[in-house]
Order: sequence, then C-alpha cells, then structure tokens
Amino acid sequence: MTIPLDAKVPAGPLAEKWDRHRGALRLVNPANKRKHVILVVGSGLAGASAAASLSELGYRVKCFCFQDSPRRAHSIAAQGGINAAKNYQGDGDSIWRLFYDTIKGGDFRAREANVYRLAQVSVEIIDQCVAQGVPFAREYGGLLANRSFGGAQVSRTFYARGQTGQQLLIGAYQALEKEVARGGVEMFPRTEMLDLVLVDGRARGIVVRDLVTGAVTSHAGDAVVLATGGYANVFYLSTTAKGSNVTATWRAHRRGALFANPCYTQIHPTCIPVSGDHQSKLTLMSESLRNDGRVWVPKRAGDARPPHEIPDAERDYYLERKYPSFGNLSPRDIASRAAKEVCDEGRGVGPGGRGVYLDFRDAIQRLGEPAIAERYGNLFEMYQRITDENPYRAPMRIYPAPHYTMGGLWVDYNLMGTIPGLHVLGEANFSDHGANRLGASALMQGLADGYFVIPLTIGDYLASSKLAPVGTDHAEFRRVEAEVQGRVNRLLGTRGTRSVDSFHKALGHLMWERCGMARSPGGLREALVEIPTLREQFWAEVRVPGTGEAFNQSLERAGRVADFLELAELMCRDALHREESCGGHFRTDHQTGDGEAKRDDERFCYVAAWEWTGEGAEPQLHREPLAFENVHLATRSYK
Amino acid sequence: MKLTVRVWRQAGPQAAGRLVDYEVPDVSPDASFLEMLDGLNERLTAAGEEPVAFDHDCREGICGACGVMINGVAHGPGRATTTCQLHMRSFRDGDLVTVEPWRARAFPVVRDLVVDRAALDRVVQAGGFISARTGSAPEANSVLVPKPDADLAFDAAACIGCGACVAACPNASASLFTAAKIAHLGLLPQGQPERHRRALGMVERMDLESFGGCTWFGECQEACPKGISIDFITRMNRDYLRAAAQPAQAEAAAGAI
Repeated sequence: MTIPLDAKVPAGPLAEKWDRHRGALRLVNPANKRKHVILVVGSGLAGASAAASLSELGYRVKCFCFQDSPRRAHSIAAQGGINAAKNYQGDGDSIWRLFYDTIKGGDFRAREANVYRLAQVSVEIIDQCVAQGVPFAREYGGLLANRSFGGAQVSRTFYARGQTGQQLLIGAYQALEKEVARGGVEMFPRTEMLDLVLVDGRARGIVVRDLVTGAVTSHAGDAVVLATGGYANVFYLSTTAKGSNVTATWRAHRRGALFANPCYTQIHPTCIPVSGDHQSKLTLMSESLRNDGRVWVPKRAGDARPPHEIPDAERDYYLERKYPSFGNLSPRDIASRAAKEVCDEGRGVGPGGRGVYLDFRDAIQRLGEPAIAERYGNLFEMYQRITDENPYRAPMRIYPAPHYTMGGLWVDYNLMGTIPGLHVLGEANFSDHGANRLGASALMQGLADGYFVIPLTIGDYLASSKLAPVGTDHAEFRRVEAEVQGRVNRLLGTRGTRSVDSFHKALGHLMWERCGMARSPGGLREALVEIPTLREQFWAEVRVPGTGEAFNQSLERAGRVADFLELAELMCRDALHREESCGGHFRTDHQTGDGEAKRDDERFCYVAAWEWTGEGAEPQLHREPLAFENVHLATRSYK
Repeated sequence: MKLTVRVWRQAGPQAAGRLVDYEVPDVSPDASFLEMLDGLNERLTAAGEEPVAFDHDCREGICGACGVMINGVAHGPGRATTTCQLHMRSFRDGDLVTVEPWRARAFPVVRDLVVDRAALDRVVQAGGFISARTGSAPEANSVLVPKPDADLAFDAAACIGCGACVAACPNASASLFTAAKIAHLGLLPQGQPERHRRALGMVERMDLESFGGCTWFGECQEACPKGISIDFITRMNRDYLRAAAQPAQAEAAAGAI
C-alpha cells in the first residue's frame, strides 16, 4: 500500500504562499489553548523556541531533554553563524537570493515552498534574537555586523564570535525558563523519550525513562513535537555531541512515521583530523575560517617538507583552482570531496596523510594578528589545545568529518509527519536542506520552525481535530510502556562480553567506509550484509553493566546504539536505491568526467520516504515528487 | 603513559562515597581527559565492574556538561579550559590523578562524578531573561548597541553554566554565574526594563538555593573555563543595591518569585 504523501503546499505564487496560508490556518481561541497539552521532545534551538513560544500563546507545554539542563542541547556547539536575508550590507541580498542559494546548495532536492518560507522568516529571527539580548557582533556604529559563508556571494551571516549557536540557544533557553517560571512549561531534564504512543492513529503521548531513577513512565498530550536533532553519530566519530541520537525519531518511524532521505548526510570539510584510537569525537573548525584561511596541499605527492618550507609555486590551492568563483567558500559537500580527492592522490598532510592545510599566513600578513584573533580567537585556541600546534605560526590541518544529517522524518508544509499529531522540527525533519545544507542555515531552520512555524500550524491541527481525552491509564500506554521496559531488560539481560562502545565503533567504521563521502553500489550491498550481522552480534554479545533502576550511562548508550544499528541499514538501502549523485550523496558510479556529482533529474527528482514494515522486512519506498516551478533545475556549478 | 587515577565512587545520592584507585596503562598524551576516563570505563566494563559515571556531551568545551575536580582544581590544570578540552599531555607518566565531583551543598551528587546542577536553572528562572514575546520584536537594527557594550555583554554571556565557579569557591557561591547573566543582559539596551527586577530576583533565588555568599576569594575567576571576570560581581552588587533601594521595584520582584 502506498501512503499518499500530501505535502499540503498552499496554492498561489511562491512569495505569497506563507502569508496566504497563515491567513487560512484555523485558530484555537485563547481560553481553549490552555486545555491543550503539547509534548515537546528536545530543547535545542527548535525545541526550546517551540516550547517557549507555544507556552507564551497559552498552551500547556511539557518539555523533555536527556541533558541535565535544557541549555546544553547540541545546538549550543554551532560556531559560525546564522543566515538571514536582511541585506544590511547592501550587497544585493534578498529573500529570493537566500531562497535560491539554499535550493541550489541543496542540489535541487528540497521543497521550494518550505525553503522560500525559511528565507522569509529568517528576517524575523534576527529581530527576535536581538530583542532577547543575543549579543551578535556589531560594528562601531552600533549596527549588526555580517560575514560570508559557503555557497553564497553575499554577506548575510550574523554571528557572535565563534559561539553563535551558544548565544542563540541561551536566548531560547532563557525564553523557555521564563515560561517555566510562569508555569506554562513543565521541564523534564535527564529524561529520554524511548517510544511514541498512538491512540486511534494519532500521536497522543510518549514513553520516557527517567535517567536518574530509571523509572519508565508515560506522558499524554494532544500533540507531540519532536525536536531531537540529527543522527550523525551513526558514524561514531562525528562533530555531534556524544549523547545525540536517533532514538526518538527512529521509534516514531517504527510506529508509522516515514523517514525521508536518510542517506543525505553532511560531511563537513573543516574538522580537526583523527589523532588515534582513543578518539571519541571530532571537533569542527567553523566554516567561517574559510573567509580568511586558504586551503592547500603540496603539488607533489609525498612531499614531506614542513609547510613553511614549501614555496607558493609548489602549493596547490585546489579550491581556488577548481572553483574560482567561490574559491575557499565553496559549499561543504564540494569542499569535502575535493579534500578526499587530493588525499587519495597521496598529497594529504599530517600523520596518515588524511589532512589538508587551512592557512592563515596571507590573512595575518594582510590584516595583522590582532584582527585575526578578534575574528577567530576562540577557534584558534581550541585548535591549539587539541593539537598542541599554534595556528598563528603554522597552518591548521583539517579533514572532513560527519557533521549534520539532512535526512529525517518526513513532514508536510505544516511540519507534521505522516502520523497525525506528530510534528517534527529542526534537524530531526528532512524538509529544508535537500541533499546538502549550506553553512549557517541549520540555526536558521531550527529557529524558524520553533519560533515562527509550529506555533501557528499546530493550532490548525488542534482546531481541526476531534481529540477525545486520553490519559496515561489508557491501555495503549500500558502496552508501549511494557515494550519499552522489555527492551531495557533485554539489553541488561544479554550479559555478553563486548562493550556498547566497541559495537558503536565497529558500526561507525563500517558506515564511514561504505556510506560516507563516496558510495559505491558494491560497498553498499556489502554493508547491507554486514550491518544485520553486526546487529545480531550486538544482541547476542553486548555487555551492559549495572541495573535499570539507577543512573546507568552504559544502558543509555546501548539503547541508542541499538537504534543506530537499525537506522544504518535504512541509510545504506536509501543510498543504494538513489542511483545518482546529489549534494552529500556521492555515488562513485554517477560522476562527471571531472569528478563532480551527476544528478539524474529524470529518475530521482523526488523525496524518498521510507515506511517501516516490521523487523527483518524490507521497508517500503514512497515518493514525493519535487516540482520546481520557480527555479530552473540547473547543474550546480561553483566554478 | 601510565597513570593511577583515584576516583570518587558513589552509587547514589544517599549512598556513602569513597575514593578508589585504578591503574590506567597506555594513556595517549593526545587523548582528552574524558577519553582517558572512557578508556578506564572500557577496562572496568571488561572486568565486570560498573564504569565511572561522569557528565559530558559536546566534548568541545561549550555545552558545560562536563566538569570534575582534578587534583583539587576545578577542570584541572589547564587555564580557561573545560575538562573535555584538557589533554593528557598536561600530565606525566606515573602521576597520581585524583578525580572528584563538584563539591557544593547546592549540587547534590547523583552518582560518582555526576552532580545535580538544577539550582542554576532555577536562578535563571528568577529573572535571567528578557521578556520578548515571540513575534513582538522590533526591527533588529532599530536599536543601536555600541560595540564596546556588545563586546562586554558577550564576555559575560560566554558562561557555559558548568558550575566550576561554585565548585572552586570556598563558600560554594554562585555569584560569578549569577553576575555574568545579570551583566550580559544589563549591559544591553534591551535588558534595561527588567534590569533591577532581574538583579533582585536572581540574587535572592541564589541565596535560597543554599549557595554561599561571595567574600572575594576570586577562585571562581581562576576556575572559569571561559575566563569570566569577577568585575561582573561588582556590577551585580551595584545593580542589586540600586534595585533594593527602590521599594516599588523590590516589591514587584518579590511578587514575581
């Protein structure tokens, strides 16, 4: 059976869709809003902004996060900035340009109407954040400053040194705490969602585990909002926080929510290279560094001289050479692949030859060290702390690493998934970035969804649905709770010999090799054999020490890794079915003569949304065709 | 290198705790302190023992989740460095490294090295925000902020809420944390309408949460991984006194708590 994927894109000209839609959405009157309980899972930019805004409107909100405080959600680690079409620089920016850059950056695999709305709303986000006291960088006249990011030829990125995500999140967190104090939001930290509960086919609640006591309990509501981030930790080594996981969205998927484009993952070009087997995660060096840093490798393979001894004539500034119009600010997927290519040619630098230089020599000569320190001081310090090398003196060494996932639960224009009442925001959904996300667009999307879209669209759902009162004493809650408890018991009861981390590392290695920066049909087919084998081993051999009735971090990780082991298979299946290269999905059998991604718009201009059909059964593919009515489907070129 | 790690083990909030010694061979100098603990935990798991619980998440020094006392120093020997950004090259082969949780009455131990820092969230709830309802904001550039003010506000806003300032303070005071928030918002034009109310509310909440008072030891500033200055505490005290001297403000704030 094919589920009809109705994206509910409003009629009318692109620029008027959102305004017309807002005018047509049904409303819930203020007195009735407080009768509705909304469960928001996740407290990052999307979750915190949604929870705060919904509470301000009068809804009763319960917000859940696995961290000890909502302020620690992984949005906090975003460094470089947030895009907005303010055109404060007068350099020709506009809503249309931000829309077009984002569609093109996503390699024409995103929904036009969603992306246009994102560009429209971007302007309001900056206003909102400034009003909350977000200390954005400013010019001496007191106006807001901007910088440039990849995939754009205008300066539209707003930033707060190298800590933009932190400052935006603290803004949203403070709005959230304001509502907690007012009584509109009840906050549940150290609480992890382990399943979704459906009653009469609608999302009506969640089952959670209290990470301190281990108690498994339920919460009922009229709508569920998942803002639980991405799944880059399927690769084990990524720039994502250690706790970030796919469990909430994966469990919703198993309950009927379609998972869209799981193979669209972003490998960020500028991360600190792996230093050894002890490595637990990778650290990003913000894309903003590419405003002033120049990327190069030696022209000659095996050139082992230290960088300062290699004269300019013997350096290959390969991004400037290959993509002269965008140069060092080429989009992430392109810059990552180019780095892999030069390393594959034996021209990589540093231990193991998996690295390229990001060199500030010329910028320091041009602007002076203090100017560079003002722009990037904290990033330089972080680099030095990790590598013990001084980037003011020697170029940084960088290499691509998993950073973001464009895929996620399928949502319509109202951000509702295929389960009525289940809404998905931010990185957890698939909607706005197509096959590749541009820098400084994740923060924009998270806040757009949370502050400006969901507060309006959720009212339409509530006003147009007949929702019978449901409490956690309903039989369905009992049933799902028992399933969750059974799963916890099974993890603890296996009592094998291998640690959770050893499985996670094995899975990560496998995914990086088979479904990372370059994907071949042969490799993907092998992965589809290897992953189920690893999963079987996991359930037979995993050792989870401790009990379920206490704070148990091994148990937390075990549950997350078990879900990654299922997701990984779907990623490979999606990557194998998509016989084209687009954005972050690069198929070695679909490239142009000069090694660029080769799209196949005839066959693959659609969103691949996968349906769970049961353990061991093949998932069912559903397609949402992508119609490009306003932009011309062009070959993406940054040359 | 080879280390002896002496770790605080405590099974739960009510359980008695004790220091236990573990030998950790083959520590890479390039590993972070938390990666060293990961290695220890892999060993403990293999040996059938329970691993050491510790909070961590981003491992990039920004989320504020991690933080332990290392040889009696909050976040260890690195200046302006979180525990996750501390690397083992800061230690020598054969060292004995003592690892304990934050010690403060306001931060009860959850397990081993994990403490409950919810008191900090409650201090923020008492006024650490600017009330700007979503959708009500004026055009961003309609309010100019002099760059020095914006920069200073940023210096205060850099706080990651890790709690090292509390752990380092002999009084277990949360003054640096609270002052940083009061300064961040109070330095900006947007934060002026609630400035006094905020100072009163946050300071009074801090006292209610069994944090100690500030007596100018200055340990907080030394321990702060973001290098936040105790000058902000002076600013907080000034804002608090000014607000307390205005009975109407004080009453309004008391009503809000």
